[in-house]
Amino acid sequence: MTEHGIGVSVKRKEDRRFLTGNGNYTDDINRPGQTYAYFLRSQVAHAEINGVDTSAAEKADGVVAVFTGADLAADEVGGLPCGWGLTFQNGDPMVEPAHPALAQGKVRHVGDAIAVVVAETKKQAKAAAQLIEADLNGLPAVVDMKKAIEGGTLVHDEAAENTCYDWAIGEKADVDAAFDGADHVTSIDIVNNRLIPNAIEPRVALAEYEAASGDYTLYTTTQNPHVIRLLMGAFVLQIPEHKLKIVAPDVGGGFGSKIFHYAEEAVLTWASAKVGRPIKWTAERSESFMTDAHGRDHVTHAELALDKEGTFLGLRVQTLANMGSYLSTFAPAVPTYLHATLLAGVYTTPLIYANIRAVFTNTVPVDAYRGAGRPEATYLLERIVSKAAREMGIDQVEIRRKNFIPSDAFPYQTPVALQYDSGDYEATLSAALEAADVDGFAGRREAAARDGKLRGLGYSTYIEACGVAPSAVAGALGARAGLYESAVVRVHPTGSVTVFTGTHSHGQSHETTFAQLVSEQLGVDFEAVDVVHGDTSKIQFGMGTYGSRSLAVGGEAILRAANKIVDKGRKIAAHILEASEADIEFADGSYTVKGTDKAMAFGEVALAAYVPHNYPHETLEPGLEESAFYDPLNFTFPGGCHVCEVDVDPDTGVVDVVNFTAVDDVGRVINPMIVEGQVHGGVTQGIGQALLENAVYDENGQLLSGSYMDYTMPRADDVPSYHVSTEETLCAHNSLGVKGVGEVGAIGSTPAVINAVVDALAEKGVTDVPLPASPQNVWRAIQEAGA
Amino acid sequence: MATVSMTVNGNAVAADVEPDTLLVDYIREHIGLTGTHVGCDTSQCGSCCVMLDGDSVKSCTMLAVQAEGAEVTTIEGVADNGEFHPMQQAFHDNHALQCGFCTPGMVISAIDLAAKNPDIDEAGVRRGLEGNLCRCTGYHNIVKAVLAGAQAMKG
Repeated sequence: MTEHGIGVSVKRKEDRRFLTGNGNYTDDINRPGQTYAYFLRSQVAHAEINGVDTSAAEKADGVVAVFTGADLAADEVGGLPCGWGLTFQNGDPMVEPAHPALAQGKVRHVGDAIAVVVAETKKQAKAAAQLIEADLNGLPAVVDMKKAIEGGTLVHDEAAENTCYDWAIGEKADVDAAFDGADHVTSIDIVNNRLIPNAIEPRVALAEYEAASGDYTLYTTTQNPHVIRLLMGAFVLQIPEHKLKIVAPDVGGGFGSKIFHYAEEAVLTWASAKVGRPIKWTAERSESFMTDAHGRDHVTHAELALDKEGTFLGLRVQTLANMGSYLSTFAPAVPTYLHATLLAGVYTTPLIYANIRAVFTNTVPVDAYRGAGRPEATYLLERIVSKAAREMGIDQVEIRRKNFIPSDAFPYQTPVALQYDSGDYEATLSAALEAADVDGFAGRREAAARDGKLRGLGYSTYIEACGVAPSAVAGALGARAGLYESAVVRVHPTGSVTVFTGTHSHGQSHETTFAQLVSEQLGVDFEAVDVVHGDTSKIQFGMGTYGSRSLAVGGEAILRAANKIVDKGRKIAAHILEASEADIEFADGSYTVKGTDKAMAFGEVALAAYVPHNYPHETLEPGLEESAFYDPLNFTFPGGCHVCEVDVDPDTGVVDVVNFTAVDDVGRVINPMIVEGQVHGGVTQGIGQALLENAVYDENGQLLSGSYMDYTMPRADDVPSYHVSTEETLCAHNSLGVKGVGEVGAIGSTPAVINAVVDALAEKGVTDVPLPASPQNVWRAIQEAGA
Repeated sequence: MATVSMTVNGNAVAADVEPDTLLVDYIREHIGLTGTHVGCDTSQCGSCCVMLDGDSVKSCTMLAVQAEGAEVTTIEGVADNGEFHPMQQAFHDNHALQCGFCTPGMVISAIDLAAKNPDIDEAGVRRGLEGNLCRCTGYHNIVKAVLAGAQAMKG
């Protein structure tokens, strides 16, 4: 292990610019002649648009142009595409309504854009927007999914019963038979609360058109620039790739919400050519609440069949999944392939059936948010397992151990499509029990009781599927894109290295982790390696960052490109050292002739590649740059155990997380400091879902939690310090053995918290508390149990 | 339009701005220092914190004209000739930042908190940072960094 190599907590390269105010976020960029856009948004959830009169706005001070949906339609601008197609159980395709970038005919959620004003200043654009007269004929809104499928107003005329698809996995008859033969059935009803991602950087777009060349540039806050180029270029605006540059510079957090192609990106890019000037739009936070894709929002009924020993016999799940008013980019895949396929969890449940019905409502579109489907699956499983244990009088740890997939059973084929490649659930469980001092819990509970608090202990043993994704598998499941990753490793003549990656870092620390990887692989100094991402004119191609894929897919691509560099260098060294290629060894940045002291440093080989005076020209090109595309063979399967300890104040319902322990298996760890940081952040978002965060609509479709004053974000004094560690089993199908860490914290933590709250309240007769376990919800659960 | 003058990071600056211009817009758009960020519109997130006459303030919550004649330090003015301030160093050493967007406001708040409470403990740091949102770090490493930075600031 070198000072900056794999396994070392190297301090981050990114930090200096961020700590000194020298980051380059999209809103920090300004272009000559720039104008500003303001979007007029619907204040009602559902209405017919009779007409939009923009004449007064067009005459207002500083206004350059005003556009509506009719202008886009006149230019044949397409709707926003969905990147994943699903089918009904009978094979019919899902209902995929048009998603115009500016509303046409109807508005379908509060925040749906009706018109855009382009003006000299932000203030002028906003003022002029108030002069637009939108003649709207209000329609009843449908918000509740159960009402939506039972004859509520249709969000889209073509979607009967507001159903996008009704999909199932598993053999229902076999599962039903398992239930018929069961000794015990535990059932649970869950509302997995709707969340609003809330990256602290609001979305921003800045579009520019150069008439002389016909080139477009869009600076935008995205997690995947090439995906935006493809979706917007090919499907919305018909701009070919070589004329469309997408730049995502420093991006201030994403958590999934910046994966998707948003209306503002397309409208600004199109309008920049219409007005012939750059246009910038910066979301106000209230717009983030109303337009960034939301997360979760499932209503589920689940049943677990067990024998009298507590062995799981079957699982039956019925889920309504909210799609919101339109299909966001990856929305259909989240409750199906990222949720239903995870329902085996870490257990040997032999028979599983899940029916997922995706529902349109007059709410903001719902899509992937940190974990995407896997938190919902984990929550469901870990709650029902805990509930079953309680009902049957089995210890919480014991019931999990009894049903674990054993560590010698890999590769393990689950009944819901996935094949897990590696894992050791007992190892993460026992490490967590020790780290959380579970043996000392009884004493701590007594001490808390003396202070009038109810202390509870909750577990979550989880798995997730990430490293998204094998293209062939994803394609067979409805993905409309490949999901490989690409890398270029460019060695410069003096031996320094630039790595071009198709992934994107918006907090994940790629500039450090990938540099460690290449530094170790090529034996060059860590400081001599720079990582470039986020610009389609610099990066060959890429699918971006989501689904904890950057290292497992993107890192492997980098490694493969680096290995090609090593191989080419060996040929050069063999020529110059007058040895056979087979006799050249490469280690620690030096090529040596086996058994001799003849050697060439990596830098000397690089120089020889660019100054090829003594060079095997007949068989080798000059230069030292290699690319690789890597498409994984399988998903990766991180897993682990989270243990949460809470104090509940029975008088107020306030829940205090007093201890939180996470032991995760994320495969090989490149930089422990960065891995722990990812877990801290994910766990906090999971605790946020468990105790604080909730997107609330009233029955008219008004978003009641539309600001930081109403939507409770976790703050420093809401959470404790954490105990975080890792146990490694290596991924079996990538050469690094890495699995991914971006989402584990958010996936594993939420049920551990709620299981702890239920444990604390068990003596009061409480068997469940709704998400989030806010003081009001907890207090009410106590009162209802005692009634 | 009104001419607003102040000292920013030791430099005298002046700009003609609309009277309703927020201090943060003055700093970002008129002075061109983009290290100070805007993350919300309700004074909740703290990304826009700057030092104003020795106190951390949310620069989205005051008008530029209210800062007339003031001494302002933004994140760009915290380091000393390229040398990290002890709090910046502590953030770097403890991996207290990920995407970096909340970081400028977080560092400014932390410096103010530590300067006024040199012997601050974990609970004090958590309470003291209540006005700064971070979505990436879960605060764990920020708290560690502020405690370490507070020690280092005592010299």
